[in-house]
Amino acid sequence: MYDFVTSIEVYNFLIGPMVWVAFIVFIVGSAYRVISLIILAKRDRVVYPYLSLKYAFRSFIHWLIPFGSRNMRLHPWMTFFAFIFHIGIIVTPVFLYPHIVIWHKAWGIQWWALPEKIADIMTITVIMCCVFFVFRRIFASEVRFVTSASDYLIIAVVAAPFLTGFLAFHQLLAPYRLMLMIHILLGELMLMAIPFTRLSHMFSFWLTRAHTGSEFGVFRHSRDY
Amino acid sequence: MMKIHRRTVDDAGFDETVKKLTPEKIAKTITYVLEEESAARLKAYIETCIHCGLCNEACHFYISYDRDPSYSPVAKVRQTIWDMIMKKGRVDAETVKKYARIGFTECNICRRCSMYCPFGIDIGYMMTLVRRICGLLKVAPLYLQDQGYSHMYTYSQSWVAQDDWVDTVQFVEEELRMDIKNARIPLDKEGAEIMYSPHSLEAKFKTNLLSNIAKIMNVAGVDWTMPSFDGWDSTNQSMHLGDNETMGMVERMHFNAGFRLKVKKIVTSECGHSFRAAVYDGSRSLGWKEAPITYIQPTQLFYEFIREGRIRIANKLKGPVTVQDPCSIVRNRGLGRMLRSVVKAACEDFREVTPRLEHNLCCTAGSGVINYGPPWKFLRMEGGRAKIEQLQATGAKIVIAPCHSCHKTIEEMIAHYKLDMHVMFISELLVQTMEIPDQMQVTKSGKAESS
Repeated sequence: MYDFVTSIEVYNFLIGPMVWVAFIVFIVGSAYRVISLIILAKRDRVVYPYLSLKYAFRSFIHWLIPFGSRNMRLHPWMTFFAFIFHIGIIVTPVFLYPHIVIWHKAWGIQWWALPEKIADIMTITVIMCCVFFVFRRIFASEVRFVTSASDYLIIAVVAAPFLTGFLAFHQLLAPYRLMLMIHILLGELMLMAIPFTRLSHMFSFWLTRAHTGSEFGVFRHSRDY
Repeated sequence: MMKIHRRTVDDAGFDETVKKLTPEKIAKTITYVLEEESAARLKAYIETCIHCGLCNEACHFYISYDRDPSYSPVAKVRQTIWDMIMKKGRVDAETVKKYARIGFTECNICRRCSMYCPFGIDIGYMMTLVRRICGLLKVAPLYLQDQGYSHMYTYSQSWVAQDDWVDTVQFVEEELRMDIKNARIPLDKEGAEIMYSPHSLEAKFKTNLLSNIAKIMNVAGVDWTMPSFDGWDSTNQSMHLGDNETMGMVERMHFNAGFRLKVKKIVTSECGHSFRAAVYDGSRSLGWKEAPITYIQPTQLFYEFIREGRIRIANKLKGPVTVQDPCSIVRNRGLGRMLRSVVKAACEDFREVTPRLEHNLCCTAGSGVINYGPPWKFLRMEGGRAKIEQLQATGAKIVIAPCHSCHKTIEEMIAHYKLDMHVMFISELLVQTMEIPDQMQVTKSGKAESS
């Protein structure tokens, strides 16, 4: 069993066809989610007439700059962890040297890579942030009250590829090849999970914020941050 | 899940109406509202919310009830809309009662939480859906239901019929002539610049407020009028009841009154919800992007009067003064700076509140909660604690609140918490401080001359 799991055939499958599957599911699924929401919004006749590029961007900017909104200033720790977490989960996998090597081997493309130490620090940061989120869900009563199993699952889905990637790279806990296989598989699963779970907030953020930002700016003449 | 503590309240609007519900009726209504009436926004909000709990700081109930997690905005959505979606509407009557209690009595739809949600999720909108569902099932506070029926029968909020209204206007005009020489309250004047649309209470037992407005209009010398016919009352409690059909009918009557009198603009009473109903909920439900006729809240009207010099302040109010920013006209319409401008013009010692403007806390009486009657008064007193502490911190003795709900509940809270404060409308403030030109002063004998 172990030999099969760590065989070159399985590796080639995970790094080949499975990557295609993961990216296609991620891209097509996400596009479907976003487009279906945009079409559905036509039925909601109070959405489109009030949209404004200016106020949508005002809203984006205030909610994408750390401490740009009053609520972020009211929760400084949460703001701090949330920002480094989101930067970490996007920047680390894209600019990780081993990942770029795979892209280079497959398509001959390459780009700037994070230094090894920085990548390590960022990975640990992401994992620590996930731990923080879990602790917050357990110990902050107002969060615990609205937490269900799916909330922990989402954190686990995001944390797993980072944890296994770190363990594989440093050859800890399990044999390197096994850990690598698990890492690749979990990474692909995370990518495929995005359109079908609340991880899709990475897309809907822009839609809901654009709507609320415009509504506040155009109609309510006040700030939404 | 933790235990939720709630006081038992006897309200026939909840207790008796749930007895008539059947599981089929409940499921049908929930499915209809969630699948037919609400579309993209609900879907986007439900699929986006990651249950982070960052909206809690926005809610005055959450703050006032010592950060009880069950009052957090996201918790209210979880206990209502999510529960309905997860159970696909198959819930019993007692659960509907629980939804109604949350939707009607634990949220003022002040929309502060949508400013605090990182995704800008409009939780207030989801609470209006809860009210819509419970309203269709007729599970709502009895007093509010009564006002809904009043709108249907008399086209006013508090059973003031059209003939009572005209009668009231006539005696208010007569009394006003004690103060202002040849004062006029013109009814049905076609082509006037302004149509004043009062709150029905101003025609019932707060006629002094109608008199104040008439006095300011006379002194400012504006071309104004009021309708003698149905549609004179600017209130719209059906909106709070989730009765979108009656809400639309009431708003259409207001618009039609303005069109029939060919006025340039309609001025609502110093009221938050009637302004919101006219420019926001009502207009949108009738298919207008904005109200089809210019709507002005008195805060803006008085601001313009002072800026244009139509009203001059003769003796500024002494003593520390602060303001209450009503949600419907400040967070949801941005009139906060005009309010301050008027208050600063008429008062010597203005004290700013924190947080202020759109970040201001709700008074806990908004969206109909003020009208739920004695059974629910405790709710406003307890839930408004954060509000009254905020006002108290300013050290002000007078609070200017240009909204009937804010005005009444803050006055009641002052009595409840035994504070040395007093609430005033802007019109009251202006009547006390404005200059009355010599030609309008009544003759020394004290008798008014007839015109």
